[in-house]
Amino acid sequence: MGLLSKKDVKLITDPLADNNPITIQVLGICSALAITAELKASLVMGIAVLFVLGIGNVVISLMRNIIPSKIRIIVQLIVVAALVIIVDQVLKAFAFELSKTLSVFIGLIITNCIIMGRFEAFALANGPWKSFLDGIGNALGYAVILVIVGFFRELLGSGTLFGIPVLGDAIEKTGVYSIGYENNGFMLMPPMALIVVGLIIWIQRSRNQDLIED
Amino acid sequence: MSINTEKNSYTIIFAVVMVLVVGSMLAFTASSLRSKIDENKRMEKQQNILYAMGVNGNESTGDITFVGTNEVADVFSKYIKKQLVIENGIAKEDEKAYLIDIKKEQTKAKNGGTRRLPLFVGEKDGETFYIAPIRGKGLWDAIWGFVSLDKDMVVRGTFFDHAGETPGLGANIKQRYFMDDFYGERLLTDAGVFKGISVAKGNNDPKNEIKDDYEVDALAGATITGDGVSAMIKNDLKLYLPYFKTLK
Repeated sequence: MGLLSKKDVKLITDPLADNNPITIQVLGICSALAITAELKASLVMGIAVLFVLGIGNVVISLMRNIIPSKIRIIVQLIVVAALVIIVDQVLKAFAFELSKTLSVFIGLIITNCIIMGRFEAFALANGPWKSFLDGIGNALGYAVILVIVGFFRELLGSGTLFGIPVLGDAIEKTGVYSIGYENNGFMLMPPMALIVVGLIIWIQRSRNQDLIED
Repeated sequence: MSINTEKNSYTIIFAVVMVLVVGSMLAFTASSLRSKIDENKRMEKQQNILYAMGVNGNESTGDITFVGTNEVADVFSKYIKKQLVIENGIAKEDEKAYLIDIKKEQTKAKNGGTRRLPLFVGEKDGETFYIAPIRGKGLWDAIWGFVSLDKDMVVRGTFFDHAGETPGLGANIKQRYFMDDFYGERLLTDAGVFKGISVAKGNNDPKNEIKDDYEVDALAGATITGDGVSAMIKNDLKLYLPYFKTLK
């Protein structure tokens, strides 16, 4: 069987599709619309959340038997905030360039409801190893949607991917721009992130009817 | 576990211990890393000033490349000939001018004090550059930058940065294509009146070939950040006008 039992594998693969944090649980929407105008930012945010949720879930899981239930939300918030700030400080000291790229994400990570959601729904009731896998799975599920949304928004909004022009030059009118194609500036606006997420939800539910609530 | 986690006394003790532990962890990290972080920030500032005057590793196209951190201190003292602090219209040399905190000076001016204005005089290939720091508000947080000018207040280079603008929108003020647009733009009218440069929507000059329109092309989806850039250029660079008049 190895390191991962069947149940463990499910913890990682479930959030990727049928229990996706964004499209099914509808968590983490605010960060999904804030930073998906570029593919690179989507990817960086995905990795950052992977890191924080993986470790945070383990910490909360280890503390689950001693956390007073009355103040558990505050405790969760303190754990995630402390974790993120310490990582930020260490990066600022030893990887300054990287920390500048990440600076805008710090606040978005702390307030990301996927993190609180997983602490509350999973880590408080399960052991550290399972919680770790659940954190990784949910962060991956979150990252997948972010990357898909980022891909379409950057491609249709700016005509680039990872900042590299792929459709020709919009100002010099080369590539597809020479036949009259225009970038859709509306794609760069936050509402389009929600519309793209809505389309993903639509496609997902029409393919798997079990996901439709009554 | 045999602890009764429901008791009020337990909750209070837990909260107190938690706050103490987390607080001291954060304080310890912050103070033990402080000197390293400060040094990184100082080097960043020197890199930014040099970048604005065109001392950088940029290729003809592509990303922003700074002078390497290992040599930035030497390069800075090689190219920056003078560091000035202008106070009440009088310019004095001060080797620590680059350490002046613009945010504190702005607050001082707001409270009725006199603001110290740092200005860096650089020389490259026989040309003299006057580099002034600027600071203002974006959509979410502070934005700042360095503008390199010649003696007629024509822009010879810029560097912009931000604390928390939206990635892909306002954060693009940090992109080279935006900074490069400012090159050659004028701040003064022919009569010598300060006009500034506006980040303008729909100025019908996306390639930015017209250099005497006091406008650069705005960024899509970043109106407020763009307005912030226009405002900080107008408000902060205007203060240097009396000094530039003395150069004539």
